[in-house]
Amino acid sequence: MTASPETGAAAGPRTGGPRRPRPLRGGAPLPLLVPALIGLAFLVLPLVALLVRAPWTSMPELLTSTEVWQALRLSLICATAATAVSMVIGVPLAWLLARVEFPGRGLVRALVTLPLVLPPVVGGVALLMALGRNGVVGRWLDSWFGLTLPFTTTGVVLAEAFVAMPFLVISVEGTLRAADPRYEEAATTLGASRFTAFRRVTLPLIAPGIAAGAVLAWARALGEFGATITFAGNFPGRTQTMPLAVYLALQSDPEAAVALSLVLLAVSIAVLAGLRDRWMTAS
Amino acid sequence: MTRSARRTRRMLRTTGAGAAALLALSACSSSGEDSGGKAGASSSAGGPDKLSGTVNVFAAASLTESFTQLGKDFEERHPGTKVVFNFGGSDSLAAGITSGAPADVFASASPRTMKVVTDAGDAAGTPATFVRNRLEIATLPGNPDEVASLADLTGDDLKVVLCDKTVPCGAAAQKALTAADLKLTPVSYEEDVKSALNKVVLKEADAAVVYRTDVRAAGDKVEGVEFPEAADAVNDYPITLLKDAPNAAVGTAFIELVRSAEGRKVLTEAGFTAP
Repeated sequence: MTASPETGAAAGPRTGGPRRPRPLRGGAPLPLLVPALIGLAFLVLPLVALLVRAPWTSMPELLTSTEVWQALRLSLICATAATAVSMVIGVPLAWLLARVEFPGRGLVRALVTLPLVLPPVVGGVALLMALGRNGVVGRWLDSWFGLTLPFTTTGVVLAEAFVAMPFLVISVEGTLRAADPRYEEAATTLGASRFTAFRRVTLPLIAPGIAAGAVLAWARALGEFGATITFAGNFPGRTQTMPLAVYLALQSDPEAAVALSLVLLAVSIAVLAGLRDRWMTAS
Repeated sequence: MTRSARRTRRMLRTTGAGAAALLALSACSSSGEDSGGKAGASSSAGGPDKLSGTVNVFAAASLTESFTQLGKDFEERHPGTKVVFNFGGSDSLAAGITSGAPADVFASASPRTMKVVTDAGDAAGTPATFVRNRLEIATLPGNPDEVASLADLTGDDLKVVLCDKTVPCGAAAQKALTAADLKLTPVSYEEDVKSALNKVVLKEADAAVVYRTDVRAAGDKVEGVEFPEAADAVNDYPITLLKDAPNAAVGTAFIELVRSAEGRKVLTEAGFTAP
């Protein structure tokens, strides 16, 4: 059973082979190795520069400030909540796009990826116009339920989910389309309802794709800046996430900004590395 | 067929125009050499003075409207020159200059950010204060909450946004609040003055403490309320030529225009006050 289409594709034509592709014999060919190493250096060099320039002596002082921990805590909570929101509404959306034929599906697919190309600040303004106190939908939320979203922690979660959800939808949709629909069909012919088939067959089948998408979305949400500061503003403890704290520190104290960035980096690398090992390899 | 013919014709026309321009340029430069001009080191000198080439002006975001106007005036007065602006937060502009961005003139919204540049030894001469800006309260159009003073903003029922303390408008607002002995908890500390203003323009906040020039630039989208404590937090705007200016002659001329009576007129119309 090739449960994961990703590993299935990587293993090549041999179906039913081992889950992990075996390393190639004879090493990597030069035309691949050289650009690969350049690519790695390109991604890693700026991080190395941050490490080199970091104010290691004033680091302990910075890291004991309550404001930093407040911002970090808020960042982790909001990014996780935004990922949860994305999963609850994003996975069904991906399923709809992959499995149901309906007119204008190409257009809907393009609309879903819109937040990827939209500059996040514009996304924030769009959210204000939709969900703000005076927004198209927001004004009803305000007058009916007394609910205002801008300048609240919920606003941060929404802004992050808006920007991060497309990553999850694209990833899950790709996995769904690569997954064999015959398993679902078999389940339905054996008497399962379509929802039961989705829950018991499709979901386990695409779990690695969901995990990969969730990790992408979480990482994107954690680093989100533009939409958050535009939609939710910046108030310590309520809407000031780490990226906002870093940006504002950059205005007055670039060294502190470097230190804060490193904290965010360290935490996200730790979390991502941990998740990757747990979710993506042993599913 | 026809399309390629048309293309050839167009190409010929462009080449012709280019050749004519080249001729004109060389004519100009030779006349420039004759009169022994030293300012216009590059080729295309135009007009009676010898100013030419591009000048890069790094200016605070609050100067956007007035400096754009002055730039147009300058280019009209000195044909052959081009004023290129880089508007942004004074802090990031200062950081750009100290790390070697090619700029001729720096106009900052606070002496503190100018000090970053002078401390790094990047300014030519001493910066001069050319305008001042004072704070004003921006309220919703028609001032529905009847805000009349800074103290009116401290109530719980109003959503107020301030600039963050790290940017000049936030520091000035903090100074005014301290002078008035008031404690104000905003819903957000915005990252720059335009974001603070936009929260009121979009009606998400009821009031913001911003500069008078921003209220003026927003037109009828907000209503300005002056308050006396603003006098304690007036922001000086210094301007200077930079040491490594690639085009010092034009840069100096631009600073002269900014500080002239004409420049003052454009700036006061935008809401700035004379130093």
